[in-house]
Amino acid sequence: MTDSKHIDVVVVGAGHNGLVSAAYLAKSGLQVLVLEASDKVGGAAATSEFSEGFSVSECAHFLYSLHPTIVKDLQLANHGLFYVATDLKTVALSSEGKHITMAGSEIQGEDVSTEDISNYRRFHTQMKRFSKVLASSFTHRPPRLVDGDMKDKLSLLKLGWNARKMGRQNMLELLRIGAINIYDVLNENFDNQLLKGALSLEAVLGSHTGPRSPNTVLGLLYRRVGETYGFRGPTIPSGGMGNVSNAIASSATSLGAAIRTSSPVERILIRDGKVAGVKLSDGEVINCDRVISNADPKYTFSKLVGYPQLETGFSRRAANIRMKGNTAKLHLALEALPEFTGLNTNDIGNRLVIAPGPDYVENAFNHAKYGEFSEHPIMEISIPTVHDTSLAPTGKHVLSAVVQYAPHNLKQGWSEANEEFTALLLDLLESYAPGIKKLVIASELLTPADIESRFGTTAGHWHHGELALDQFLMLRPFPGMGQYAAPVKGLFLCGAGSHPGGNVMGLVGRNCANTLLEAGAASD
Amino acid sequence: MKKYDAIVIGAGHNGLTNAAYLAKAGLDVVVLEKNPYIGGATVSRELHEGWMYSNCSYVCSLLRPEISRDLNLPKFGLQVIPYVGGVTFKRDGDYFGNYDDHERQYREIARHSKRDANAYERYTADVTKQTRFIRPFLLRTPPDPTSFKPRDIQELLFLAKSFYNLGEKVLGDTLRFWTMSIGDFLDEYFETDVIKCHLAGSGIIGTALGVYSPGTAYVLLHHYMGEVDGSVGAWGFARGGMGSVSKALAGAFQSFGGEIRADAEVDRILATAGRTSGVVLANGDEIYADIVVSNLDPKRTFLDIMAEEDLPASVVKQAKNFKIRGSSGKLNIALDGLPTFNSLPPKSPLMTGDMHFIDSLERMERAYDDWKNGTWSQDPYVDMLIPTQVDPTMAPVGKHMMSVFVQYAPPKLATGKWTDKDRDAFGKTVIDQIGSYSPNFKDLILHAEVRTPQDIEDEVGLTEGNIFQGELTFDQLLFNRPFPGYAQYRGPVKGMYICGSGTHPGGGVMSAPGANAAREILMDLNHPTTVPEAYPDD
Repeated sequence: MTDSKHIDVVVVGAGHNGLVSAAYLAKSGLQVLVLEASDKVGGAAATSEFSEGFSVSECAHFLYSLHPTIVKDLQLANHGLFYVATDLKTVALSSEGKHITMAGSEIQGEDVSTEDISNYRRFHTQMKRFSKVLASSFTHRPPRLVDGDMKDKLSLLKLGWNARKMGRQNMLELLRIGAINIYDVLNENFDNQLLKGALSLEAVLGSHTGPRSPNTVLGLLYRRVGETYGFRGPTIPSGGMGNVSNAIASSATSLGAAIRTSSPVERILIRDGKVAGVKLSDGEVINCDRVISNADPKYTFSKLVGYPQLETGFSRRAANIRMKGNTAKLHLALEALPEFTGLNTNDIGNRLVIAPGPDYVENAFNHAKYGEFSEHPIMEISIPTVHDTSLAPTGKHVLSAVVQYAPHNLKQGWSEANEEFTALLLDLLESYAPGIKKLVIASELLTPADIESRFGTTAGHWHHGELALDQFLMLRPFPGMGQYAAPVKGLFLCGAGSHPGGNVMGLVGRNCANTLLEAGAASD
Repeated sequence: MKKYDAIVIGAGHNGLTNAAYLAKAGLDVVVLEKNPYIGGATVSRELHEGWMYSNCSYVCSLLRPEISRDLNLPKFGLQVIPYVGGVTFKRDGDYFGNYDDHERQYREIARHSKRDANAYERYTADVTKQTRFIRPFLLRTPPDPTSFKPRDIQELLFLAKSFYNLGEKVLGDTLRFWTMSIGDFLDEYFETDVIKCHLAGSGIIGTALGVYSPGTAYVLLHHYMGEVDGSVGAWGFARGGMGSVSKALAGAFQSFGGEIRADAEVDRILATAGRTSGVVLANGDEIYADIVVSNLDPKRTFLDIMAEEDLPASVVKQAKNFKIRGSSGKLNIALDGLPTFNSLPPKSPLMTGDMHFIDSLERMERAYDDWKNGTWSQDPYVDMLIPTQVDPTMAPVGKHMMSVFVQYAPPKLATGKWTDKDRDAFGKTVIDQIGSYSPNFKDLILHAEVRTPQDIEDEVGLTEGNIFQGELTFDQLLFNRPFPGYAQYRGPVKGMYICGSGTHPGGGVMSAPGANAAREILMDLNHPTTVPEAYPDD
C-alpha cells in the first residue's frame, strides 16, 4: 500500500481512461494512486458474472476504436490483451430472414440493388476519409481558439489543412454534411431499408438522437474513427471487455502505479483554489496536489468538487452539460445457441442489428423524447460465447444486446418498468429468432438508472455527455473546460466527457496525462 | 426584339431589390412575374371584399434598414408600424404575457417563476450578443472556404477575425449556440414551460425541425436579427399589409427606369455554350439579355427553368438534394369584430402582439412528430395576430383581420396529395384550437382562407411551400447556401445568377440576398455599385 508514501497524482475512478492516464503518468516517473469505488477495475469496460456461470461485457461489448499507440506504449499484448474475434461483419436482420451483411465496404443480400452496392463502396470510402480528418484531432488536446499558444494554432492549422487536402469537392461535402442528420444523407445515397436502418443505428447508438436529428452524421463518423487506424469491424477481446481494462491496469501497476478498489472518493479537497488531496467516504484523507477525475464532468464538479468551490458561470456550464442517458443493456443466459430466421449459423457470431429502416429508428426515438421507452426498440446484438467459450458453461451461451431507446428519466420509473421492458425486448427477439424465449435461463436488463448507480455515470449516459457538435472538440465538455485542466489548479479530467469523447478508445486518458505532464513542466 | 441588360425572373421582394440595385446602377432591367400581381410571398390581397390579407408573410422586421434607407422605400409608401404585446395561453386558463415595459415584463415572468425572471436578463443579454455578432455578415457575400482567391481569403479572414474578437469564452458559447437545439438552449435558462414555449416558437417557424432538433437555436437568431426603427429584435406591420413592401420596392425600381411585366411566366433560361442569352416565356416569346437573375428557389431554378444538359451533373444532383421542406400553413380570417379571450380582459393590450396556444415544449415536439408522420399537427403551434388593431387600413371600420401562421403542415400527406377535404379538416383543427380559448371567435368569422403548403407552392411557386426557399440548417447556411460552390450568387452558366432567399443569408423579408446578388453582378460587370455592405451600428 502507498498510504505512507508521497503521492504525486491521485486518479479518481479506474475506468479504462483513468487507467490509461495512470499508466502514462507512472511511465514518466510520477507516483500515481488510482482509487476506484467498486470492487473491480474497468468502469464501463468490465466483465461481470450476471448469472451463475455466465459472464458478459457489462456495458460496451465490442472494441472498435482502442488506439494502437496506447496498445503499443502500454504493451497491452504482454499484459493479457488478445482478441478472440476481429473484423466482425454486421448483419442487418430482417424478420423475414432476408438479412443483409456488411463487411468493410462490401454489402451482400438478396434484395440489395447493384446501385446500393456501388454507392455503399463510395460512401464507405468517403466516410472513412472524413473520419480521418476527425481522427487527426483526437490524439492531442483540442486547440484553444483565441487564447491559444503556438501549439494550439498549429493544431488548428493542421485540422484545416487535413480537411483541405482531401480535395475541394470532399472538403465542401464534409462542410455540408458535417452538421446534419444521417436520415437525409442516407436517403440521398441508398434505397435499401435495412441498410439505411443499420447505418441509422450506427449513427445514433449511445446518444439521445434519432436519425432525423441534426448532428447524427457526426455520430456515424465518430463511430468509424477506429477504421482509420486498423479496425475493419468490431472486435471481441478474450474474456470480454473487462480484460481490456485488466490489461491496462496490469500495465499501469507494472509501471509503478498503485490501484485501490473499493475505495470510493467522496470529495476532492481544495485549499486556496488549489487541489490539496482527496477524502474517501470512510474518512481517509490522501494528500496530493494533482487529481485526475475519471468521473463524468457533471459528477466531478457537482459532487466531488462542489459548485460552491467554482465560479458561477463555470458551475452553470457544468450543470448544463447535455447528457440524457438513453441506452440500456440486455443480458441473456441461454440454454443453447438461438436460431435467427434465415441466418446461417456461421454468421451468428457477428454483430447483429435490429433496426429495419430509418423511420423505424426515428419512431423508436420519438418515445424517448417524452420519457417513455420505445415500443419497437433498436438493438445491437453480440453472442460472444460463439468465440469465447470461457464466458458460459459448456454448450450454453450468452447474448448481449445494446438497446435503445430507454430514457433515464422514464416517466413511470425504472424500478417498475424494468420487467415490462425486458418482456418487450424478449418478444422483439422472438420475432427474429423464434424459440429464443424458451432458451432463456436468466436475464438482466441494465437500464440507464442501473448504469448510473453501478458506474456513477450521471443519467447513465454512455459517453459522459452527448456527442454532438455543441459538445465536441474544444467545446467538450463545455467552453472553458475543453483542455482537460480545470480552473482549480491541479485538477484534471480524463473521462469520456472530455475530448475526443466516448467509446473504449483510451485517448482521453492519454491526452489528459500529457496535458498534466506539460502543465507540471511549465510550473515546476 | 429589344435586348435588355438584365432580366430578373420573379417579382418577389428579393427579385425587386436586385432589379432596383441593377437599375440604380444604370442597367436596363426587366422583371418577369408569372402571377398577375407582384410580390411573390410579400403581398397584400383582397380575397374577401373590404379585407386586405397579408396572406403569406405577415410581419416585418428583418428588412435590412440600410436597404430601406438606400432605396428610399418610405418615399414609395412603406411604413412599418411596430407592435407590442403578445401572449401564450395555457391550458389551465392562465397565460404568459409579453410586455414592452421592462419592469412589467419582469413582474410577469416572476409571477410564474422568480428564478426565470432573473434568468431572463441573462437570456436577453446572451441572445443580443449573438445577434450583434451575426448582423455584419448579412450584407456580405459568403467566402468560399476552399478558395485561394484574394477576395475569398480576405472575407475568410474577416470571418475569422470576427470570431476571434469574441474572446475564447463567448466564442465557445457562440459555437454551441449555433449548433444546439432551441429546447436545450432554453432549458439552460428557464424552468417554466410556458415561458420556454413562448420563446421557442421563433426557433421552429418555417423550419421542418422540432424544438429539440439541434440547429433550431440558430433559427431563433434568424428571427431576432431584425429591427423596427432601430429597435433591434422588434417586429412590426407594414401599413396596408406586406404588399406595401413589394410595392415600395417596385416603386423604387421603376423610379430608376425599370420595367415590370406581370403575367409573364418564364419557361426556360436560354443557354448556349455555357453562357446565357435570355429567357423563353411560357407563351413562346423570347426575351434577350446577357444577364439573367433568378428569384425562384434553387430547385425551381435549376430543375424547372433550366435544361439539364445546360448544367453540370453535380449541380443537378445538388439541386435535387437541396432541402426545401414545407412545414407550415396559413389561415387568413375576416372577422366581424374583435374576439375576446377567456383569460384576458376585453381589448387587452397583450392582444396586439403574437398570440400562441401551446404551452409546453413537449406539445410542440409532438406537433413535429405529426409532421414526420405525414399529417398536420393535431395540436399545432400557431402564431396568431390581429394586425387591424394597429393598422386599421386592412379591414372595414370596426371589423378585423386575423393572420394565423400554423406549424406543422407537411407538403404532402401520408395519404397522398392534399385534397379539399384535408384542407377543410386542417382549417378546422386550427380554428378549434383558437376557439377553445375564445368564446366568440367562431361566431365572428366572415371568411377564412386556408392555405396548405401545397397551396403556397401552387400560387407563389415556392417548392413544397417552404417559406424560406430552403431549410435554414447548417448544410444550407453561409457558404453552403444554396449549395457548396454556388454560394456567391453566380450560377453554373455564365451570366446567370440567383438572388432568392435560397441564397445567403436566407429567408424572411430581408432583401439581403437580392442586394448581395446585385453587388456580385455589378462587380462582374466592373460597374460601380451602391449596394450597402456594412451597417453603421454593427
